Amino acid sequence: MFFSIALYIALAIFVGGLIYKIGTWFSLKIATQAQTISPSQRLLAAVKGIVLTILSAKILTLIKVFFLDIILQRKVFQESRFRWLIHILIYGGFMFLVLMHALDPIITVGIFPDYAPTLNPFLFLRDLFGVLVIVGVILAVYRRYILKAPRLTTTTMDTYALIILAVIIVSGIILEGTKITSYTRYQEMVNDYAGLEEGEDDYQALTAFWVKEFSMISPDITAPFDSSLIEEGREIHEMSCAGCHSKPQWGFGGFLVAKATKGISLPIDRAHIPSVLWYIHFLACFIGLAYLPFSKFLHIITSPLSLLANSVMSKRTSYPVNIATRQALEFDACMHCGQCTGRCSVGIMSEALQNVNILPSEKIPSLKKVSSGKEMAEGEFRTILEGAYVCTNCHRCTDVCPAGINLEDLWFNMREEMFQRNYPLFFALSPLSFYRGLMRETMPDSDYERPLDQAREAIIASYDLMKSQDRAITLNPADQDLRSGLLLSDQANTFQMCFGCQTCTNVCPVVANYENPKEVLGMLPHEIMYAAGLGIKDLAFGSRMLWDCTTCYQCQEQCPQGVRVTEVLYELKNLAIANATTAKG
Amino acid sequence: MKFALFLGCNIPARLKQYESSTRAVLGNLGVELVDIKEFNCCGYPMRNIDFKTSILAAARNLALAEKQGLNMIVLCMCGYGMLKKADHAMKEEPSLREVINTTLKKEGLQFRGDLEIRHLLSVLYNEVSVEAIRQRVTRPFKDLKIATHYGCHALRPSEIVQFDDPVNPTLFDKLVEATGAQSIYWQSRLDCCGAPLFGINDNLSMDLAEKKLLDAKRSGAHYLCDACTYCHLQFDTVQEMISTKRGENHLLPAILYPQLLGLSMGIDERILGLEMNHIDISGIKGFLSE
Ligand code: HEC
Repeated sequence: MFFSIALYIALAIFVGGLIYKIGTWFSLKIATQAQTISPSQRLLAAVKGIVLTILSAKILTLIKVFFLDIILQRKVFQESRFRWLIHILIYGGFMFLVLMHALDPIITVGIFPDYAPTLNPFLFLRDLFGVLVIVGVILAVYRRYILKAPRLTTTTMDTYALIILAVIIVSGIILEGTKITSYTRYQEMVNDYAGLEEGEDDYQALTAFWVKEFSMISPDITAPFDSSLIEEGREIHEMSCAGCHSKPQWGFGGFLVAKATKGISLPIDRAHIPSVLWYIHFLACFIGLAYLPFSKFLHIITSPLSLLANSVMSKRTSYPVNIATRQALEFDACMHCGQCTGRCSVGIMSEALQNVNILPSEKIPSLKKVSSGKEMAEGEFRTILEGAYVCTNCHRCTDVCPAGINLEDLWFNMREEMFQRNYPLFFALSPLSFYRGLMRETMPDSDYERPLDQAREAIIASYDLMKSQDRAITLNPADQDLRSGLLLSDQANTFQMCFGCQTCTNVCPVVANYENPKEVLGMLPHEIMYAAGLGIKDLAFGSRMLWDCTTCYQCQEQCPQGVRVTEVLYELKNLAIANATTAKG
Repeated sequence: MKFALFLGCNIPARLKQYESSTRAVLGNLGVELVDIKEFNCCGYPMRNIDFKTSILAAARNLALAEKQGLNMIVLCMCGYGMLKKADHAMKEEPSLREVINTTLKKEGLQFRGDLEIRHLLSVLYNEVSVEAIRQRVTRPFKDLKIATHYGCHALRPSEIVQFDDPVNPTLFDKLVEATGAQSIYWQSRLDCCGAPLFGINDNLSMDLAEKKLLDAKRSGAHYLCDACTYCHLQFDTVQEMISTKRGENHLLPAILYPQLLGLSMGIDERILGLEMNHIDISGIKGFLSE
């Protein structure tokens, strides 16, 4: 009764959760192209895409990916043998237990009509795979909590996953151990299958045999045994029990528990501990099942889907709407293994910028939140956007993702999507934008230019002087720190040596590019050196010249006074961004 | 001769021919390369944003190479400039060095400052020598005029990068001439390609590139030769965009130096990745002597 009600509840939650999750794949807005298309149209497009793919030659790719990447986990193997071992132990062991043990009435009995869980090879295999999972979990705990690879973070979800796995397997093994020694279970069995009652001679003989050979613990019948009694017991056993029972030693995990608890097994049995353990074991399984769609275990379903989809889809040939759908699915395909973060080319920067959203594995949940359209504080949004932008598009995360997620595309699309919210991103004013430039033909010119203009304008806007028309300069706003070079490094505070010869401006290729450079650039290099020397922050920070400096170092190389002009410009840019960022909150 | 090969982010992702041609050419010249998988971003793209962050990234690379007791060979000039800058700053500013090393220590790394950072071209010129290269050239180019593009970040600031004479450099020209090609004089040869501004101010960036292309073309060059990731992306991918966006077709295809050298060494053009350049450079084979 408990069993079936709990099972149906768990199943209902599982199925409901799954439907809900699948629903989000068709409704999350990721790429801008997908925004005008309804979820049902997206579903239809996906079905059409899938059917067409299966009917085409691409089916061969799918089969290959299924075996190499899904079953054999090729990408994890290439990246780290250790992680591959952990994963294959847990996933191989667990899948086997699910198919052979949890689904035995359906699958195992279907294949082997004589199946009994207490019979070899099933008895042995169950323990073998259970122990493999436990070893895998122990190694995983070691990796996450003791080895601690740099920048590998562990979330509550990762901990939950390991705990639920451990509870299911450990409770199962202990349950098995307490059942082996359980006199109550024995009595029931003897009643059911031998029709014997306590006190009968045959009962005594069978019990003696089971105590001796099957490690059962009886309250009154204990060693030493008369050998003829044992022989008598053996005969009854052969007749009534042997068809379903192999020696408990084969279930070595449970058997060890039985041996270890030998001294206390009678009180354990009387206190109904086996039943308690049974509840724990099944409840844990049901909780695992019900919570699966909302936990990282969903990757059991989504990672294979992502691997398959990515193997046959490409930006060029696939229908853009299907790409948006795939990217929504990819959010759920990430199991937070951290392989991407381990290889991230800018991962180290998260330590200096104090922004975990730089790390690919941490970006996923944040971007998922953004795309769900939930309300978000401006500060949080900015951190996510900045984190997402600190990326050199080196493609390494995508290359190593064991779920085959096209992370780079995801980052790119999500960044563009976030730009639509018109939040000025100062980081865009750096060579981090180079790749975006190469990709500009994939978007309308207006969308392309807007974030850049916004960032420049927002910085200039935070400095008053540049805005005023007459540009009459008072010395009031002089910043003593800037003036004395306190804010700058040794190299950069050389601007104090400037004597105004204008060589820097004369050799600047950017200045030379314009007929009326002052109008375009706001201030020329020598003027910026001046302004910095006078401590006029607003002028120094507010000019467009800063962001149009191509860092060719001509000015610095040719300065007769040894002013490190380019370094000064670099540092003024740093300061301007830092100031504008704090001003934004 | 053994170096840790620093590729940076762009080469493996979108300029694979630079890597394959470099490996082929250096292999031919007996330079051994070691790959360090843990290398990360050189730090250059972050310099506009935060100096310390860019130094941290650069220093981690230096520490990784040092850990293996190797000197570094860098293919990209911006990356080279950044790593040299970090090396310099870490040596000059003890407080910076301490902060950076504290972070690096978390993963068992440390910058000590006892490695050398070399650009591909300076390894070829100083370690291998023009003479040794010439000996390996089996099919020298004939009548080929090359506009040799130096690239800013290897050349300047000269006190830090120490690559060649910043005013009148000759190193790259001599390397180009070792292939039998003629390295022509053109006025803007030491100017910026515009790549640092691409993505930030594309118009300005394209203006700078266009000016150089025009000048090189007018000075009689058949091809432009570069040895930097960003310069090459600028003169190849972006040049192609210039012709579609602005309708200006200067048609001065860019070739990477190891591609040029590789051809004259008789290395298979597929290994050199000639067809991977955006703008067709196959015509250059016509200048090879039989
Ligand atoms: C039709 C097959 C079948 C027969 C016959 C059978 N058993 Fe069992 N027995 C099982 C199964 C299945 C379990 C474990 C499942 C459970 O606990 O519900 C089990 C469990 C037990 C247990 C608990 C220990 C354990 O490993 O789980 C004892 C003790 C036991 N049987 C004794 C006997 C004895 C004694 C006989 C002969 C009189 C017997 N069984 C006959 C199928 C059988």
